[in-house]
Amino acid sequence: MLKVEGLFTEYPNDRGDIVRAAQDVSFTVDEGRLFTLLGPSGCGKTTTLRSIAGLERPRAGEISVNGRVVFSSANGVFVAPNRRGFGMVFQSYAIWPHMTVFENAAFPLQVGDRKQSRQQVRDNVMRVLHAVQLDELADRDATKLSGGQQQRLALARALVMQPALLLLDEPLSNLDAKLRDRMRFELKRLQRELKITTVYVTHDQVEALALSHEIAVMNEGRIQQIGRPRDIYENPATQFVADFVGNTNFLEGVVARVEPGDHYVVGTDIGEVTLKAARPLGAGDRVAISIRPEDVGLVESCPAGSNVWRATVEQKVFLGEAIDFRVTLGARSLLSRQHPALRTPVGGTIFVHVNPEKCVVFPIS
Amino acid sequence: MIGACVAFTVYIAVIPLVFLLWQSFRTPQTAATPAVWTLGNYVAAYGTADTFRLFLTSIRFAFGASLFSFVLGTALAWMNERTNTPFKSVFFALSLIPLVIPSILFTVAWILLASPQIGIVNQLVQGWLGLEQPPFDIYSMAGMIWVDGLHYSPMAFLLMSAAFRAMDPSLEESATMSGASVWQVLWRVTLKLTWPAIFATILILFVRSIESFEVPALLGLPVGIEVFTSSIYTAVHRYPSQVGLASAYGVALLVITTAGVYAVSRLSGKGSKYATMTGKGFRPRQIDLGAWRWVTAAGFIVYFVMIVVLPFLVLLYSSFQRFYTVPSREALQNLTLDPYRFVFTYPDLASTVWNSVLLSFGTATVVMLVTSVICWIVVKTKLPGRWLLDNIASLPLVFPGIVLGLAIMIFYLNVDIGIYGTIWIMYVSYITRFMPYGLRYNTTSMLQIHRELEESAAMCGASWTTTFRRIVLPLLKPGLMAGWIYVMIVSIRELSTSILLYSPDTRVVSIVIWELWQNGQYVELSALGVLFILSLFFLVLLARWVGSRYGIKE
Repeated sequence: MLKVEGLFTEYPNDRGDIVRAAQDVSFTVDEGRLFTLLGPSGCGKTTTLRSIAGLERPRAGEISVNGRVVFSSANGVFVAPNRRGFGMVFQSYAIWPHMTVFENAAFPLQVGDRKQSRQQVRDNVMRVLHAVQLDELADRDATKLSGGQQQRLALARALVMQPALLLLDEPLSNLDAKLRDRMRFELKRLQRELKITTVYVTHDQVEALALSHEIAVMNEGRIQQIGRPRDIYENPATQFVADFVGNTNFLEGVVARVEPGDHYVVGTDIGEVTLKAARPLGAGDRVAISIRPEDVGLVESCPAGSNVWRATVEQKVFLGEAIDFRVTLGARSLLSRQHPALRTPVGGTIFVHVNPEKCVVFPIS
Repeated sequence: MIGACVAFTVYIAVIPLVFLLWQSFRTPQTAATPAVWTLGNYVAAYGTADTFRLFLTSIRFAFGASLFSFVLGTALAWMNERTNTPFKSVFFALSLIPLVIPSILFTVAWILLASPQIGIVNQLVQGWLGLEQPPFDIYSMAGMIWVDGLHYSPMAFLLMSAAFRAMDPSLEESATMSGASVWQVLWRVTLKLTWPAIFATILILFVRSIESFEVPALLGLPVGIEVFTSSIYTAVHRYPSQVGLASAYGVALLVITTAGVYAVSRLSGKGSKYATMTGKGFRPRQIDLGAWRWVTAAGFIVYFVMIVVLPFLVLLYSSFQRFYTVPSREALQNLTLDPYRFVFTYPDLASTVWNSVLLSFGTATVVMLVTSVICWIVVKTKLPGRWLLDNIASLPLVFPGIVLGLAIMIFYLNVDIGIYGTIWIMYVSYITRFMPYGLRYNTTSMLQIHRELEESAAMCGASWTTTFRRIVLPLLKPGLMAGWIYVMIVSIRELSTSILLYSPDTRVVSIVIWELWQNGQYVELSALGVLFILSLFFLVLLARWVGSRYGIKE
């Protein structure tokens, strides 16, 4: 369906320096899938999306949709954005303030080469407005809509021309927290029902994990890892991905010895850590270990087995459905997320234990 | 279309400058001797002590007038924005009225008020206090500064109001919470933060006063106080006319204004460092003046009387007289409509008014449409060299009206394409002169149009032309309308450029007023002036109505 290959997009900033926004970006999105570009601000995700839209002209690479090449540096192809036929929802929604709700949604059917008859326009617009539950407000001024309604109108406008591809640029970032949660479900439902191929850009990892079939995590213009949400979270490919997606504890150390069954023992600040690793390691390798807070177990009585350390409770943060503990092990401290039933007081002694399979390890070069 | 607009702009803006410089190095051409290259004009202009005096006088006048209007305008702006002076919203609207009164009429009105011979105020005060000499002399440096500074104080008022309004009061409040007293807050936070705005305002006012023509011509020339603008006028109108000398003066004036405009743009460029505006909505804090608020209100009233009521009343009074006389019971019994009869039977009145309307209408339309495209290129594209285009289109800003008139006169005298002496040369000069204003209006609204509003149209399949017509122009409409009306008003009262370019067939209303003044026809001038002010005022009301009706919906 959508195929992006070797995409490089660069542009000069206000001071004339070259911003290397997208560097060697390649991915494919299958028919009907929702693909997310996730990363911190300035990582090149929006530039990648705008390159697909045709709003930026990449320096090199190739972009094709359903076999139709819309950009190719090798063949000198660049299809103007208004000839690509993609729907796009902008971060600001870009609702035209001088038009009504209906006129906003009808615009795509009145311009370009897909002009339709008055009746067709009316039917199509009302159908799509109905889908986003705005049909009651068709004659209202677009500026009189609430944030959530504007967002739905922007979506309706992108969908009305039945685009081959839907591009969403941080569509939920301007909404307040409650509404964002609701629209997240709404968006997922619409996308799954319409089975429209979608590229979604966000810096919010919760959104990405909740919505996507597949996620590409980007940093400094490059894709760090592509995978299903669970893969990204549980088996991050790089230290950056582990750090950016969710919270984590990092421990650095050196591999002390190799044990059978892909198990390794690593010497760290807090003592020896036993872990199971998918990638082969050799004794003497410097590594970083990532352990998610929810995988840092805490108990008041000392359990049996390896990967157990004695610690002191330094700080507690009550979050309602959970409680975060910061515990110190000598000079190091670890973050642990626990059920609120655990009530060890600050300053009290506690035992930390970690499942070897929950430790993700990265070599440090 | 884009290319045509760019070419037009470059032609309009660059040509006058080049020819002004060229002419300043040429000898006058006569039937016997062709023009040759020379430095003589500069020697004549700068070789004498007179020029140094001219320079000093110009600077003194401009500095005095700009400082006077700045102090006045800032005090009013502070009262209006930061105190609880009663009725201040009414004052705000009223104090903008002077901007529609043409300079020449304002100056004439103050001559009728404060001239030593016929000034009403002089006669009254002299009578009351039993003085031997009239107390005020408008024909002096102080008089020039008073009239020019007073007339342009609303400009300072507007600029400083904007500066006060843009400041986030939480910046001041946090200083107060840190323990600073009112004066410490004012000195260490408020003034420091508004400093770039203060400096920029003074510079703008300075540049404007040094370009001022009407006041020095009417008040300074009769008593031999000459500044650059009036010297240019006399040099051209001498026989034989000394265009080269005028050009040399013009170049000097250009150097001063260019330095000023450049400094202003540098200052506003640094604005981000001093960014005082935050996205959050805030209510400006107001200082409770207590009983003093009636004093500030009285100050407003006195100001309003000085700047609108007295000048207008004196014109109104004299417009009903047969000959100009000082008001007395007798004079009030002999009111007559003769001056109005004179005005309406004035032979060329219809064609004069028609010229004015045609010029201002045409100028406003062309300026706003061309600059909207220019502005789109500058703001919305990443074309290399777009900053140059912006600067070229803003270039006429540094031209004092009379210097621009001179430059255009020289160009079309030398390059005869048949428009010299016709209305077209005035049309060209007006478009040149007011293009920067159109650009400013369009830029302000263009910056407010989020890039994504256009991009989403492109994503919907609209071409550039469709997007410009259906998205950009409608969104630009409030700025287009406001700019159109502003350009229309400034064109209709334009004098200092037209004065070097008009011919008997192409006179405009402001030129007729000038001629009536030269002929000493004060009462007829007053009648025409009253009608002129009333129609300009009506135009502004219309503008406000149009603005509120077709303004953008928030």
